[in-house]
Order: sequence, then C-alpha cells, then structure tokens
Amino acid sequence: MSIVIEQPRSPRSRKSANWEKYGWLYMRASGVVLIFLIFGHLFTNLFLGEGIKAIDFAFVGGKWSDPFWQVWDLLMLWLALIHGTNGMRTIVNDYTEREAVRKTLVWSLWSICAVLIVLGTLVVFTFDPCPAGAAAELLPSFCPAK
Amino acid sequence: MWSWVLHRITGVAIFFFLLVHVLDTALVRLSPEAYNAVISTYKIPLIGLAELGLVAAILFHALNGVRVILIDFWRKGVKYQNVMFWIVIAIAAIAFLGFAPRHLSHVFGFEI
Ligand code: HEM
Repeated sequence: MSIVIEQPRSPRSRKSANWEKYGWLYMRASGVVLIFLIFGHLFTNLFLGEGIKAIDFAFVGGKWSDPFWQVWDLLMLWLALIHGTNGMRTIVNDYTEREAVRKTLVWSLWSICAVLIVLGTLVVFTFDPCPAGAAAELLPSFCPAK
Repeated sequence: MWSWVLHRITGVAIFFFLLVHVLDTALVRLSPEAYNAVISTYKIPLIGLAELGLVAAILFHALNGVRVILIDFWRKGVKYQNVMFWIVIAIAAIAFLGFAPRHLSHVFGFEI
C-alpha cells in the first residue's frame, strides 16, 4: 500500500482544511520564536555566571520562583516539542514504506510529545522551590529552611 | 543538498536531546536530592564535550532555519541561497568560538 501525504502547496479546497500547510507554517513561525527562547535559555544557563557548573536544584528553584522564567520555559517546552515532533513526522513520512509502520511511528511520536508536554507543564506549575523536609544546603538562598 | 542533510540530522539530534532534557528537569518535582544526583552524573568531560556538540547543532539548525524561511518568503531568497549558506556557517562558527572557551573552562575547571 503506498502512502499519500497532502501537499502543503496544494490548491485550496472547499472540502477540508490543508493541515500540511498549517504544519509548514507552524515550523516557520515557531522556529522564529524559538531562536529567541533557545538562545536566551542557553545564554543564561550556560554562558553567564558559572555556566554548566552552577546547575543544580537551587539554580532551577531560583529561576522558577520568577514567573518570567516560568512563562519562558513553558513556551519553549510547547513550541519546541511540537516543532520537533512535527519535524520527526515529516522524516517518518519520507522514509517509511508501509502505511501501518508510518501510522504507528507517527502515533508514537505524538504520544511521546503529549506526555512530555503534560509532564513539563505540571512540573513548571506545581514546582515548590523550598520543599518541606529537604536538606537545607540544597535549597535556594531565599528558602525559610536556610 | 548538504545543508538539508545537516538540517535534518541536527533536528533529529536536538529532538532526542530534548526528550531526555524534559525528563531530567522534571526530577526537580521529585526531590532536590534526585535532581542533583542525576545532574552531577552530567558533570564529566565526556558530557561537557557532548554539550559543545549540541550547541553547535542548535546554532546550525537555528541559523539554517532562518535561511530556509528566507528562501521561502524573500523574493531574492532562492538567488542568494548559496551565499546565505556560507553566512550561516560563518555566524555559527563565530558564535561557537565565543561560547566554546567559556564552556570548556567550566567543564575542565580552568580560568580564561
Ligand atoms: C532554534 C530555532 C529553530 C529554528 C529557527 C528551526 C527552523 C526549522 C525550520 C524552518 C524547519 C522546516 C524545514 C523545512 O520545512 O524544510 C525545521 C525542521 C525541523 N526542526 Fe527545527 N528549528 C529550530 C529549533 C528546533 C528544535 C529545538 C528541534 C528539536 C526539538 C527542531 C527539530 C526539527 C526537525 C526534526 C525538523 C525536520 C527536519 C526535516 O524535515 O528535514 N528544530 N526547523
């Protein structure tokens, strides 16, 4: 059974939306936003201060006690995972020969994407920088246990 | 053709890194001990060098992504696609050279 993929550039039809076109546009729109989000993320976490050496629970706790970085990381999570998953879908469409294999792989990709988006979103919103009972020396400096 | 191959390979590499990165960061929700235990296994030279490779991959993918967007939307994009490829390589190389010494100084613990 051969595989039929919609063309992003196929002419407008009255029957249904052209999802490949929206996917194509999404790759470009999310890409532009991700440039700012990802390079800002790399610069603050890897370049400023002590870079990679400084990354530990207290560092993450310090960042996510600020709504600015919560929103930043949340946007990055959603945009990058959907961009990456949709890119992987294109690659699966290109290289699979059998429709059943293609369907299974694409379905797996979106499942992994959904699980990680839900997990990451919950973590960003329910995270406590000063968990009760944790060793005080591991916590950010503003925690009462300090 | 090679820019497309590189764009595809770097895209896949960044995707798999991102899967692991979301999972390891989610450990902050478990406990400070769990997060620090896993992150400390990353603080070795091998991973430090892999991070350098990851930054190079992201630099190329992001800048070449801008090139792809310009080819699609800018009237002269197709005409200048080859020049833009070398501009992408040049900007990526400059940014990489700005980042690498600083990152390596953190990984290997020397002053610059
Ligand atoms: C930093 C900003 C980024 C920009 C500007 C960018 C740009 C792009 C563009 C424009 C495309 C579409 C290429 C096409 O349709 O021919 C693309 C494809 C892709 N991107 Fe990104 N991207 C970025 C970040 C990411 C990230 C973080 C990931 C991984 C999670 C990723 C993974 C992919 C994959 C797997 C593809 C498909 C490659 C292919 O079809 O050959 N990208 N990117």
